[in-house]
Order: sequence, then C-alpha cells, then structure tokens
Amino acid sequence: MRVHLTVNGRDETVDGVWEGESLLYVLRERMGLPGAKNACEQGECGSCTVYLDGLPVCACLVAAGQADGRRVRTVEGLADGGRLHPIQEAFVECGAVQCGFCTPGLLVQAHDLIERVGEPSDAEIREALAGNLCRCTGYEKILDAVRLAAARRGAARTGTEDRS
Amino acid sequence: MTAPVTAGRRYAGAALDRVEGLDKVTGRAAYAADHRPADLVHAVAVPATIARGEVVQVDVDAMLKRPGVVAAIWHGNAPRLATSDEELAVLQSRRVAYRGQYVAVVVAETPEDAREAARTLRIEYVAEEHDVILRADHPRAYRPENVNAGHPSDTGQGDPDAALAAAPVVVDEEYGTPAEHNNPMEPHATIADWHGDGLIVHEPSQNVSGLRATLASLFGMPPGHVHVVSPHVGGGFGSKAKTLPHTILAALTAKQVGRPVKLALTRRQLFVATGYRTPTVQRVRLGAEPDGRLIAITHDAVMQSSTLSEFTEQTAVPSRVMYAAPHRRTTHRVVRLDVPTPSWMRAPGECPGMFALESAMDELAIACGVDPVELRVRNEPAAGPESGLPFSSRNLVACLREGARRFGWAGRDPRPGVRRRGRTLIGTGVAASTFPALRAPSSATVRAEPGGRYTVRIAAADIGTGARTVLTQIAADALGTAPAAVTVELGDSALPPAPVAGGSMGTASWGTAVVRACEELAARLEAAGGTVPDGGLEVTADTGREVRAQERYSRHAFGAQFAEVGVDADTGETRVLRLLGVFAAGRVLNPKTARSQFIGGMTMGLSMALLEESIMDGRFGDFLNCDLAQYHIAAHADVRDVQAYWLEEEDPHLNPMGSKGIGEIGIVGTAAAIANAVHHATGVRIRELPIRLDKLVR
Ligand code: FES
Ligand code: FES
Repeated sequence: MRVHLTVNGRDETVDGVWEGESLLYVLRERMGLPGAKNACEQGECGSCTVYLDGLPVCACLVAAGQADGRRVRTVEGLADGGRLHPIQEAFVECGAVQCGFCTPGLLVQAHDLIERVGEPSDAEIREALAGNLCRCTGYEKILDAVRLAAARRGAARTGTEDRS
Repeated sequence: MTAPVTAGRRYAGAALDRVEGLDKVTGRAAYAADHRPADLVHAVAVPATIARGEVVQVDVDAMLKRPGVVAAIWHGNAPRLATSDEELAVLQSRRVAYRGQYVAVVVAETPEDAREAARTLRIEYVAEEHDVILRADHPRAYRPENVNAGHPSDTGQGDPDAALAAAPVVVDEEYGTPAEHNNPMEPHATIADWHGDGLIVHEPSQNVSGLRATLASLFGMPPGHVHVVSPHVGGGFGSKAKTLPHTILAALTAKQVGRPVKLALTRRQLFVATGYRTPTVQRVRLGAEPDGRLIAITHDAVMQSSTLSEFTEQTAVPSRVMYAAPHRRTTHRVVRLDVPTPSWMRAPGECPGMFALESAMDELAIACGVDPVELRVRNEPAAGPESGLPFSSRNLVACLREGARRFGWAGRDPRPGVRRRGRTLIGTGVAASTFPALRAPSSATVRAEPGGRYTVRIAAADIGTGARTVLTQIAADALGTAPAAVTVELGDSALPPAPVAGGSMGTASWGTAVVRACEELAARLEAAGGTVPDGGLEVTADTGREVRAQERYSRHAFGAQFAEVGVDADTGETRVLRLLGVFAAGRVLNPKTARSQFIGGMTMGLSMALLEESIMDGRFGDFLNCDLAQYHIAAHADVRDVQAYWLEEEDPHLNPMGSKGIGEIGIVGTAAAIANAVHHATGVRIRELPIRLDKLVR
C-alpha cells in the first residue's frame, strides 16, 4: 500500500508498505531516519518514541497505515535548523547521554513534557519518563537535564515576553 | 617506581562533555542496525525447540518454494568452519545443546518474509531428556581447573573447619542469586557483507580486535581480511564482549548467499544466546571473636555452565581480598547443564559473590552487636589476605567513614523492624564494594598534522562509558594541547589492536598506550625542532612489555554503599529511598562521565536487588520471562535518590593516568546494602535475590 506522511515538516510518500509494517519500520528502513531506535518492538522500552500529530507514541506499536495522512516528528526533527532544542543541549551538558541508544526516545518524551508542563516537578518527570528505559545512566542525570532544560526554556520564554 | 601521576595534567580530571554527545542527541550516531547496504537481504535465526538431542532433518526444499525466500541453511548444507570450539561451531553439528540454540537460518528479501519463514520452517528432532536446573547438591557438580580471569578454583589457609567449630560467634548461611540478563538497550545485530575474499561486519562490539581474530580464524583468512565496524555501541555490560553465534551465523549466511545480510536479534532472542549471569548458590561461614574480629572465612560457590563449554565465574574470589582472618577457604564448583553458556555481566563474580559475603557480614554484625561499619573497619587487612601482596592503595575504611558521614549513619539504632512512617517500615544498610584494577597490553597510534591537529587511533570501544572522551583528555595532556585539537578514532578493527572494553580495564589499558604513543611523538617532534613535517608525523606504541613488567601489587578499587529502604508493612512493596556510594578508584579522569558510571552501576545494583531474575522453565528448558514486560529493569520511577562520591586517591603503581576502572564497581555491594536495609526495616533476612514481595509477606 501507499502511505503519505509529513515527517519533520516534509511531505513524504512511501510505496509498497506491507499491512503489518510499523511506523518505526517505515521511518528507519524506508525513509532513512534511523534516529528512533528499535529496542523491543513491543512497546516496553520507549526507545522508538516519536510524535504522531503532536502526541508521543511508541512508533513500534503504530501500524504504518494508521499514520497515513498524519504528522510525525522524530529526534532528527527536534532541532530548529542548526539550533539544538534546550533539552538536547541539556542532555549533553548534564551527562544524561551514555551509550545513547535510549536517548532519541527520551528526548522526544522529555521535549513533550517540557513543552506541555513548562517546569515539571521531580515526581512528574520521573513518572513521565518511566516508560523510557535506560540501562546506562541510572536516570539521575536525565532528571538533571530535564530540570535544566525546563528552567532555561522558562527563562527564554519570560525573556521573550519581556521584550515584546 | 612510576613517575608521579599528576605531572602535566590539565584536562584529565576535567568535566568535559561527551565528545560524541551531539551525534547522539540529534539521532546522527550510527549504530550497527542503522546501516542499509544496497541489495540487503534479511536473515532470521531459527532456534531449537528442544533442550537436548539432535536435528534429524530440515525441510529446506519446501522453504525455498516460498516467495521471497532466498536461502535456508542448516547443518546439512552449511559451509564448514575451521574450529574445534563448540561454542563457535554454529551449524556445524546435528547436536542440540540447549533450547534456543540456532539450528538453522532463513534468508529472505524482506524481514517479514524471513520471520514468517523462520516460524514455519519444519525441523525434525530426536529429543533427549534434559537437565536445566542448578542445585548446590547436584551430583555432577565438579571442581574446575581454574575459574575465570585465571584464578585458582580453590584456595585455603590454616584450618577453617576447626576454627569455625571453636569460634565464639558463627554465621553459617546459604545465599542465592538468580540468572540475570544484561539487557543493554541496543539489541545485538549484525550486518555482514563479503567483498571478494574479505568480510565486513557491522556489529555492536566491546572487542573489535578480538572479534576480527575469531572471525578470521573461523573462515580461514588472515585477520586483515576481516573488518569489524562498531563506532557506537548501545550498551553491553559484558554481553558484547565475546564472539556470539548470531554474528557467525550472519557471516556464514552472507557468504552462502553472496549478498549483504542483516541479522537483527529481537529483544526476546537476546535471552537465549547472547549470554547471561549464571545463577549461584553460595555458602558463607564466618567465625569471629565476640568483638567481631574474624577468625575464619569460608566461601563456597556453585555455578552453572553449558555442555558446550566451561564458563566458571570467580564468585568467591572477592572473599580472598576483602577481610583479614587467619583461617580461610574459598571453593568453586560448576554444573554443566543443558542450558546456554553463561557469560559476562557487569562485575561477573564480584557482584554475586559480594552479595553473599556482605550479607553475611551484616549478619555477623548483628550476632556480635557491633555496628556494621565498625565491623568492616575492624577486619581491615594490612596486605592482601591471601596473596600477602601489598595493596597498591586501599581506602575502604575511608570510603566507609566518608559514606557514613554523608549518609548520616551515626547514631543508627540497630534494632530491626522498629521504624515506621505510616504504613512504611524504614531501614538502613551498608555494604562494601570492590573490583580489581587490571591492565592489558594495547597498541595505539597518534598522528600529528602540520596544522596542529592530532588523531589518536585505537581499536578501543566506547559502549557508553565515555572512552572516546577520556582518551581525548588523556591525549591532550600527553601532547600538551587542547582536547579540541585531538580526534580519537575507535570502534574499528582496522585501527591498532586493543583489548576488550571489559574487566574495568579499558581506560587503564588503552590510556597507557595512548600516553606512550603521545610521549614518543612529542619527543620526536622536539627532536625535529618542533615542526610537523608536511606529510605529518605518526607514532605507534605497544604496551606489551610495560604491562608484563609491572610490579606485583594487589590492585583494587574499593567503595562503600549505603541504602535506605521503605517497605510497605502490609504488601511488602520495597522502595529504595536513598542510595549513596563513596568510592576510591585512583584518579577520576572525568567527573561527568565517572559519576554516570558509578550511578549507573548502583542503579543496576538496585535493579538486581529488587527486580531482576531470569526464570528457567524446568520442563521446556528455556527462560520464561524473556522480554522487558516480564524481565523488569529499574525504570525512572523506581529510582528516587542515587548519589555517588569519590575520594581523591593517589596511587603511583597503576598506570600513567593513576586511574582505576570504574565501570563495574558501582554494581558491587549494592544488592547487599539494600538487603541489609530491608532486614533493618522488617527483621526479615532475604538471602535469595531478588527481594520480592512474597518473600517479605509471610
Ligand atoms: S521499541 Fe518501541 S517500545 Fe521498545
Ligand atoms: S544511555 Fe545507554 S540506555 Fe540510556
């Protein structure tokens, strides 16, 4: 079958998609966007998290056909041109990245949290990210990174409002 | 004596950001499974559905009639490999040694065709009775010649039996740890591609030089004809250190079909043939004076291995190092079962062994009425308790004292089961950590360009540890330049050979080679008047002689971990409220990456204490809980407060950086600290991990 998607702002058409294929497979294997990772393929780890119409989903659990005509945003689309989003910067700065395999999914999930909640509490962060498993970091530095990015984002927003 | 380790350091010790961080947060970092060579076909390994027996026939012909199927390979039509190692002899015999062993592989144009083909491939077996359950009294338990890392199986001094019989205070208990799976987030995957008589393998590997050598010998080629590419590895914790069957299967399949082959294991397949931590049954006996001073220590460990090879973990070895006692004995026994071969998982040996020893020490503290921190201090040895060798440095006592201070241990009421906040019983516990500080020979090349840039080349691996970053800092110091002027290339077997990222000896081994190459380069540049010739200047160092000639010392990192737990009085649900570790591991080269290593290790220890257990199904002979829904690892919400600190430790007997490995020590002792805290909270002693509700609610 044929699937139309808007991925990271670009319209894409993919042909020859098999009915059982996941969105994750289409992104990784057909579109050359390997940022979202396949670590379990059954919705248990969050490594494949992407935005679908603005909501974070496990791309391994979404059938490609379900995504037809919808908007997808992956880790490759978080930066604004060459400018990293504060959450990407904070992950590097705080040491929240080790092997990096969980990172793309965590970034999308954390991005959503910050954009939605602004400055989440520690409990909110731990809860929101509980579906994204990381085997390396022990999560403490991820927590730090989310706190830092949220604070910077908040400051930037206030700054913008002040100027306007 | 080595030169002082602080000379000329500017960047080692600095909290540099991970140099490949940008690639990882933008999704650009390429892992093995991200490659898509042209003309790729997909292979799926077919697992045996019996635990022991023989494959009689595989219906290859029916399979080849299916649309999209390119090949079906089994012992009957597989190319022959040059090996007598049964572990590596993939598809070389009809024998089935464990359930899930690869007995065939199917190749198709698409992954779904390959999966479907693998599912429907008809295989005829003759099954035999199997035996997959480890017991301490198993009639086939035997004493191996040696245990892993070259340690003797058994050691002893004095007369521990008599000493225990006469000791005023005795602890004599059995402890158990379950099978556990490494579960790095990146599943193993291989892309194998033959070009003429050369083989290219994309594979997440902790040991590209080792993998190259093994593949070359299996396929009867010179090592230079094999190229292993592994720039980023999504975690390994030991599981990506060995050459595994799926890699061989992919290479063999690619050779047979003459096209590049991708063989990506699913999470469920990782539970079969990528290694796991052996279950252990351990008996620890401690005999002491009433003041807690040890008279005797015995530690007897029973582990399992497969019928294919003898893999025996050094479980009781930490008891040879930790505490002073005149009478002592350690033994290892192994049972060869119809199971997959266990392998390395973060701190193999030390981690399960210290759960037993440090739980027993807590029991002794209670039996003697001595504070558990004080008990450990009282039994501090002056030199290696068994080896008699001086310690190159040993700061366990300082770690215990500093940890106690930071944690607020002073004035702790030792009575169990008396602190309650609402429905929650509160308790605290402590345990010691230790891990050897080893070094292996390595080579490295450094190259200077006329513009002031340097490139370090070394077949090391960065599995998330920060190796690339730390080697950049080490090189910058040795060259007297800034890290930004240095590029480190690693994770590629075409680079100068280097040892495994394992045994917490990566940085020590690779760093020594990098320093020596840089020193030599600096000397050559100076001799040439300080100018880099137009064509650049390159120096290669090999540390074989230096490492072999190192003085004899007992070299270990030490640490102390403190835990506070809350246990629901009605449901037994256990939460680790606080975990605090203090470590003494030589010079810390990068506080940012180091803290992550310690905290990551401690969190994996928390996970081990409360969650992790691979359950062997005796009837069918495989692990029952083989995905992340059933094999739980700590998630963000399981972790409340984990803190890691370290002491400045000057040790001139290690390596030019003065560092000890830190990748594994963080997981050693954590589970004991938590189990000890659970006893303090509830009065229930859990001697068999994990600490599950049903063991607490009686
Ligand atoms: S790969 Fe989708 S949740 Fe694990
Ligand atoms: S950084 Fe390795 S799994 Fe999270």
